[in-house]
Amino acid sequence: MADENDEQNSGISRRQFLKNSGYIAGGLVGGGLLGGVFAQNFLGTTDAPDIDTDDEVDTTSPGELTQARMFFKRQEDFDVLSAAVERIFPDDDTGPGAISLAVPYFIDKQLAGEYGFNSREYMEGPFFEGAPTQGPQTGLLRRDAFLHGVRTIQNIAEDHFDESFFDLESETQDEILEAFEEGEVDMTGIASDEFFSKLRTATIEGAYSDPVYGGNLNMDGWRQIGYPGSQMSYTNVIEEEEFVEMDPVSLHDHHE
Amino acid sequence: MATELPRKEAAVIGVGWAGGIIASELAKDGIEVIGLERGAERTVDDFIMQKDELRYAVRYDLMQDLSKETLTFRNDRDMRALPMRQMGSFLLGTDLGGAGVHWNGQCPRFLPYDFEIRSQTIDRYGEDKIPDDMPLQDWGISYEDMEEYFAQFDATIGTSGEDNEMTAPRSTEYPTPPMVETPAIRMFKEASSDLGLHPYQGASANLTEAYTNPDGQTIQQCQYCSFCERFGCDYQAKSDPIITVIPTAKETGNFELRTHANVRRISYDGEYTDGVYFIDTRTGEEFFQPADMVILTTYVMNNTRLLLESEIGTPYDPDTQSGVIGKNYCYQIMAEAQGYFDQQFNLYAGAGALAGQLDDYNGDNFDHGDLDFIHGGTIQLTQTGIRPINTNPVPPGTKQWGSEFKEANAYYLFRTLSVGSQGASMPYVNNYLDLDPTYTDRFGDPLLRMTYNFTEQDRNLAAHQTQRMEEIMQEMGANEIVANPDIGDYNIMPYQTTHNTGGVIMGADPETSAVNNYLQMWDCENLFVVGASAFPHNSGYNPTPTVGALSYRAVEGIKQYYENPGPLA
Ligand SMILES: Cc1cc2nc3c(=O)[nH]c(=O)nc-3n(C[C@H](O)[C@H](O)[C@H](O)COP(=O)(O)OP(=O)(O)OC[C@H]3O[C@@H](n4cnc5c(N)ncnc54)[C@H](O)[C@@H]3O)c2cc1C
Ligand code: SF4
Repeated sequence: MADENDEQNSGISRRQFLKNSGYIAGGLVGGGLLGGVFAQNFLGTTDAPDIDTDDEVDTTSPGELTQARMFFKRQEDFDVLSAAVERIFPDDDTGPGAISLAVPYFIDKQLAGEYGFNSREYMEGPFFEGAPTQGPQTGLLRRDAFLHGVRTIQNIAEDHFDESFFDLESETQDEILEAFEEGEVDMTGIASDEFFSKLRTATIEGAYSDPVYGGNLNMDGWRQIGYPGSQMSYTNVIEEEEFVEMDPVSLHDHHE
Repeated sequence: MATELPRKEAAVIGVGWAGGIIASELAKDGIEVIGLERGAERTVDDFIMQKDELRYAVRYDLMQDLSKETLTFRNDRDMRALPMRQMGSFLLGTDLGGAGVHWNGQCPRFLPYDFEIRSQTIDRYGEDKIPDDMPLQDWGISYEDMEEYFAQFDATIGTSGEDNEMTAPRSTEYPTPPMVETPAIRMFKEASSDLGLHPYQGASANLTEAYTNPDGQTIQQCQYCSFCERFGCDYQAKSDPIITVIPTAKETGNFELRTHANVRRISYDGEYTDGVYFIDTRTGEEFFQPADMVILTTYVMNNTRLLLESEIGTPYDPDTQSGVIGKNYCYQIMAEAQGYFDQQFNLYAGAGALAGQLDDYNGDNFDHGDLDFIHGGTIQLTQTGIRPINTNPVPPGTKQWGSEFKEANAYYLFRTLSVGSQGASMPYVNNYLDLDPTYTDRFGDPLLRMTYNFTEQDRNLAAHQTQRMEEIMQEMGANEIVANPDIGDYNIMPYQTTHNTGGVIMGADPETSAVNNYLQMWDCENLFVVGASAFPHNSGYNPTPTVGALSYRAVEGIKQYYENPGPLA
């Protein structure tokens, strides 16, 4: 159980800061300093902990400690991303959606590294628009394309619907994403359908890649399609007529 | 100024299958060999955490870093060639063992017809069967004369398989038994047998039992783990150069390996080479490696590029159709029929070379008298093991995202089977390789420029194969079949296959070929250029056993040359 001193020794946490500063107690949630979504992330949208309790129980699981932003500096960008990927891969009867699978964190981590910088791709000029058969020819880095993309989504939501993208009804969110998919949105350095296709691919990657990358939380991306992950051997099932279901395993099981 | 290193009898440039085979055979014979490999060293310990689709199959961890070197591409000579900025259509290998580490291991031999394709086509159908713009050539050696080298390759890698009346005749048994027949493969075989075709279990370098090769290297038993194509094998069950020929070379004591050694030039005085220049990529330092004989085994792209940059041999000129370096670049004409079933198959399990296969429509195994193309392709149902990021087989018309996609993907993932054809690729006067006038690699050297598109021959071949595969799918009882007989224009982005061929082709005539049938350069007798770059066309099969066989053939030539220098043919 953490007491006041422990809290201080480890530095003041954002949670503690919010509590102490009275922003929550005063019911003042939102605004420039704290960002409109702090309640969503820190307290959960429906289930805010009782902030009046003196006993601070740290319920953060070790896994959740890796859930913070490495790339997206602005909370708003991350929230637009989250809402968009949740439409691409929604929570539904088939299984958990992108947010439950931590896909936004996956994408954030990917953009922070090699993938975001297109490190292993040829990025020398001169740049020309090529034929469709010549592959991507943009000099725009993926990290910039994603930032530009989520901000364009948000601008459209605000311009046309007077609301943040993440506050819109899902049908309206879909309409906006469809406009991107159809290539109807003006963007700089990348066509909107290309951006949508990148976003879709990144979402699928986040849902179905090994949990080591921060998505596919609890392997629930795999569970909902019956994919058994990275089993060591299939010599027992390879000739089976019947479909064999098994609990998935991940790289964690391969690592001592 | 380049630092000059001690002289070697043989310098092998690029250490994959071709380089590894040649290094091991020469070193076994007491020849002092240095292997210069641009990439890093690599051992089986690197593959313990290999079951990672994102890293290996999507982000291409084991493949060439395009930020350092790529190629440019255009469909035809009127287009501006632009760099291949991301990998897609084919996946170039790098590091010790090359692409041989992350191949599938499908191991067919080319057909006797392939080696004498021009003469046999004319004999059977007359000269008019070959279009004017198709520089179809015999290879300068018959399958009969090549057979012993194929047998050597099979013995080295322990090929698993079974005989079939449609495949090339063999002097030896397959070293290991065929892979298992899965329910999906059985379905394919039964359906094609019912149609009067001749299916068999495809030849494989994923071995069905532990096997010790004549050099004493052991390959283990495959676990059908499904992380095979694009991955290194964590079981040492997929034959690759780092568990076979490279350790064999090292054990002789005559082989020195130098990694991070990126060769830029072959030194050439108009008649002979005396060595190669390379950069140590860790420090940027330049070295000269003197050698009595140079063997170039850097794969199709760099075999061609290094010759052009070193000004060895006459570059091919599409206007006059003269010259040889860069000529007859060919690929593989892929076609597919997908079927949706009620039944669920255990498709998450599989191996890179696990396949039911048939060759009734390959080579000249069927009559082309009334057909508007020559050759054909092997037809396969492969069970390589599906992985969820790259495989989302939703029926056409399904929305590609949202709940509709999720539901369809979950339903069809294990209910979709695919039959594919690897079609042969015939040369065409305007499909060729040369140096790009604009774009360069990290050293400032010009990139290779690829000019390539599918031809009438290719489109007709693909349409024919698609129809045959639809018939098989129908017979298999698919509820719905999706097949597109029109292959359109060649596109450098969607993955097709890493079966690039040509550029430094073999033959009997120095006017029309770059190397003789020992893979010795006509224009530089102590330089041997080995790999699929030597194929005058590409067959309807995977290339590597033929690359392996040509490597053993080259070894024989190099040994002869070592004893008795001079032109070999
Ligand atoms: C995903 C995949 C699946 C495949 N599946 C099959 C299959 O099932 N069956 C089949 O037959 N074939 C298959 N292939 C093709 C097969 O891998 C190749 O045919 C084979 O590996 C070619 O061997 P190689 O030695 O000629 O070239 P590589 O293996 O490419 O080796 C060339 C080596 O040269 C090095 N090099 C290049 N340039 C330089 C330079 N300038 N200086 C120094 N070193 C250099 C490279 O780093 C590399 O190590 C597959 C390929 C891929 C990518
Ligand atoms: S499928 Fe077999 S050969 Fe391929 S990686 Fe797995 S164990 Fe190795």
